[in-house]
Amino acid sequence: MSTVVAGGLLLGVLAYAVFGGADFGAGFWDLTAGGADRGRAARARIDHSLAPVWEANHTWLIYCLVVFWSAFPAAFAAVMTTMYLPLGLAAFGIVLRGSGFAFRKAVLRTSQQRLGGAAFAASSVITPFFFGAVGGGIASGRVPAGGHGDPVHSWLNPMSVLTGGLAVAVCAYLAAVLLAADARREGDGPLEAWFRRRAWLAAWFSGAMALGGLVGARADAPRLFGRLFGEALPLTALSVLSGGAALLLVRRASPRVVRYLAGGAVGALVLAWGSGQYPYLLGDHTTIESAAAPQSSLATLTAVFGLAVLLVVPSLALLYVLQQRAHLEDT
Amino acid sequence: MSAVPELVRQLVTDGDPAQLLPAREQMAFTLGFHIVLVPFGVAFTFLMLVANYRGIRRGDAHALLLAERWSKVSAVLFAVGAVSGTVLSFELGLLWPGLMGRFGAAYGLPFAVEGIFFFLEAIFVAIYIYGWRRLSPWAHFWSGVPVPLSGLGGTASVVAANAWMNQPGGITLRDGRVVDVDPMGVFLNGAFWYEALHMFLAAYVVAGFVVAGVYAAGMLKGRLDRYHRLGFLISFTTAALVMPVQIFVGDVAAREVFAHEPAKFAAIEALPTTGTNVPEVLGGVLDHGQVRYGIPIPSGASILSGFSPSTRISGLDAVPAAVRPPDHLVNIVHLSFDVMVGSAFALLGLGAWFGWAWWRRRDLPASRWFLRAAMWAGAIAVVCLESGWVVTEVGRQPWTVVGLLLTRDAVTTEGNMWAFFAGAVAIYAAVGAAAVLVLRIMRRRWAAADGGGGGGDGGGGDVVGVPYGPGDESSSRTALP
Ligand code: HDD
Ligand code: HEM
Ligand code: HEM
Repeated sequence: MSTVVAGGLLLGVLAYAVFGGADFGAGFWDLTAGGADRGRAARARIDHSLAPVWEANHTWLIYCLVVFWSAFPAAFAAVMTTMYLPLGLAAFGIVLRGSGFAFRKAVLRTSQQRLGGAAFAASSVITPFFFGAVGGGIASGRVPAGGHGDPVHSWLNPMSVLTGGLAVAVCAYLAAVLLAADARREGDGPLEAWFRRRAWLAAWFSGAMALGGLVGARADAPRLFGRLFGEALPLTALSVLSGGAALLLVRRASPRVVRYLAGGAVGALVLAWGSGQYPYLLGDHTTIESAAAPQSSLATLTAVFGLAVLLVVPSLALLYVLQQRAHLEDT
Repeated sequence: MSAVPELVRQLVTDGDPAQLLPAREQMAFTLGFHIVLVPFGVAFTFLMLVANYRGIRRGDAHALLLAERWSKVSAVLFAVGAVSGTVLSFELGLLWPGLMGRFGAAYGLPFAVEGIFFFLEAIFVAIYIYGWRRLSPWAHFWSGVPVPLSGLGGTASVVAANAWMNQPGGITLRDGRVVDVDPMGVFLNGAFWYEALHMFLAAYVVAGFVVAGVYAAGMLKGRLDRYHRLGFLISFTTAALVMPVQIFVGDVAAREVFAHEPAKFAAIEALPTTGTNVPEVLGGVLDHGQVRYGIPIPSGASILSGFSPSTRISGLDAVPAAVRPPDHLVNIVHLSFDVMVGSAFALLGLGAWFGWAWWRRRDLPASRWFLRAAMWAGAIAVVCLESGWVVTEVGRQPWTVVGLLLTRDAVTTEGNMWAFFAGAVAIYAAVGAAAVLVLRIMRRRWAAADGGGGGGDGGGGDVVGVPYGPGDESSSRTALP
């Protein structure tokens, strides 16, 4: 049962990485799109693609938090008492990102727009970085079972910085690929090329960060390192292959296929991390089973998962279908 | 900065972690911010659908215009509500690891259910807000219906968690550890029904009066057109109709607190000693075991809580000294309660004034004083909501989970929480100010579109802005796939 719930949690992380990650990445390109005039087309594309869905995408984070604290309460407290700095900053980043985006939609004047946009964009970098760094810290066993680990070095170490950088790069990659596909669907050639170039850049950067992260893992989390090339190898390979395929096909295949490939690359990466850590929840010292809440809580959570599959998944599908068929637009 | 931690050490009582005071202040501040936005997600979206329904059914262009504009306002407020709620979720872990670590297996479950409602709310809000142009009118209307329904579900779940802290149930403890959980017992704890209902109705009261206040202000400026009247009437009547029910539920809540949370009730009444024929003291403060400056109504509290002057009420002396709230907390609870009840009756009176005029003349009260009062009713409703929460939360002190977990043991012992608190205040101030600014810009733009003088009577720029309307060929509707 605890494994089922841990799987549900991992799926939440995956969904947040894929959907929320694309949002954060778009914010990254927004930040780097250049001056008000030069960046206008790219920004408009980003706004148009994101506005209707960002809030739903963001709710995956809430899902992860509530499942984590209900299913593994003590481990949750351990993470919180150790990683309070990056997590607190990430939370502030989310406030800036969400409100900056919502306000910018509503405001016309460019100077005000720029202010909202700057907040949105800056937090699009810090939030994924800190989440990635926390992930790296957990994977490398820097969160003690009883909590109260080192508040600085638990996330400010080579391995965590690399996983943080990886998170930023992967988000940027994902967003660039999706936006390029979107631009192609709308027949906007120059913008497509603009995002495609950036997708390649982000892909190389992600690759470098991933390699660096692996070197770090070899030193800091040898067990995880071993499993990434052992039991989890198919997932690791899947991630690399579909990520590359998305890049190569972005000009040719249907935008939907490109979406699936790019999302698949990120999803497989998260799954590889999860199965690389299995059966441990924190580092290689606290197992999923030993950290789990009583059976009755886990059963309740499983029922909640069932409800989510029945209610939330079809609703999300409806939202994305409407969005993709351009039934949702700003008035 | 170093003076601040020193100050903290002096302020908190011996043995309390230095993080306790800033953590409590921060929780109160961020919750107090979030709760103001909640009524707009829960109840304002309902008003919006009322206007939308009326607009389609009766072909009422003004009602449709209201619905569309309200949906844009709720988009902004919804976003701020979502991000501030996310911070709250982090804070439960960052500020109160003792609570989540020990009781997450039980206390966390209502939040997991809440997650589903948040998803549904966020999804359908998006479909509704962005669906004005391309969905057929009825499909679009129905896409909005899940929003207030999930608002109801979300309120019920999150308040279930809060009610559980007041009257914990559904858990089996061994050596202080939760070893078994009965989810139904956790959700449907003793305080669930009245707290959830009271909060749900409060959302309607607040949203209704705040929105009505905006239109009342416009009417005071001479915009007496049908558009403003309609905006006022939909929101004001909703709030005014809910008000008497809300007072009834509040009365039930007070008796439940009397029966099951005697320490909180003693604080509400600022009652130093147990006894019968207890007076209801309006105002006043407790000072060294004496209530001063209040206006006592003889035997009032006894009659209200047990329908007889001989009803015995436990005072603060019945609370063991180790967990007895200090005078200043008692006073906060007592005065907050008075503010809630006082403003409740003021709002009830305003609704009655309106009801009387409507019954006699089918019109608003003619007096400008009515509009002036209605303009302020929104602010009063917010004060009422906040003070109610202060009663509940501060009245629970020093417990976080009554009888099971002291706040002092729930709080984190890591980090400089004053810095974190300062960051939260700065960011929330910026976000709050930006939200107000954005709403004002939107209002000004709409007023300009309406041609300065007001909504007009279906003339000019008004019709162009009407959703599903004619005139804008490029936005002709397509049916749902
Ligand atoms: C606009 C909103 C509003 C109005 C008109 C009232 N209240 Fe209230 N009250 C709330 C909004 C509220 C609240 C903010 O929503 C609270 C906080 C927790 C809760 O369940 O509801 C609350 C809590 C609350 C509590 C504490 C419950 C607990 O701690 O478990 C009591 C005893 C009352 N109320 C009693 C009343 C009475 C006797 C009222 C009328 C005369 C009244 N309320 C009007
Ligand atoms: C009485 C108390 C509360 C009620 C009735 C309530 C209700 C709501 C509602 C209706 C929303 C939707 C957004 C909006 O309409 O503005 C919301 C957002 C949110 N609230 Fe609260 N809330 C309460 C307190 C809390 C607390 C204590 C927490 C967490 C500890 C919390 C966490 C959240 C989160 C995470 C969101 C964002 C959800 C999203 O992504 O859409 N809320 N809340
Ligand atoms: C939304 C309106 C709410 C307001 C204005 C509010 C206000 C407060 C205040 C004033 C405190 C500090 C108490 C003190 O003086 O020590 C507090 C603490 C707390 N509240 Fe609330 N609260 C609200 C709702 C909730 C809800 C819905 C929950 C959870 C489901 C919640 C959970 C907590 C927790 C965990 C603490 C810290 C522990 C404690 O001090 O008791 N609150 N809140």
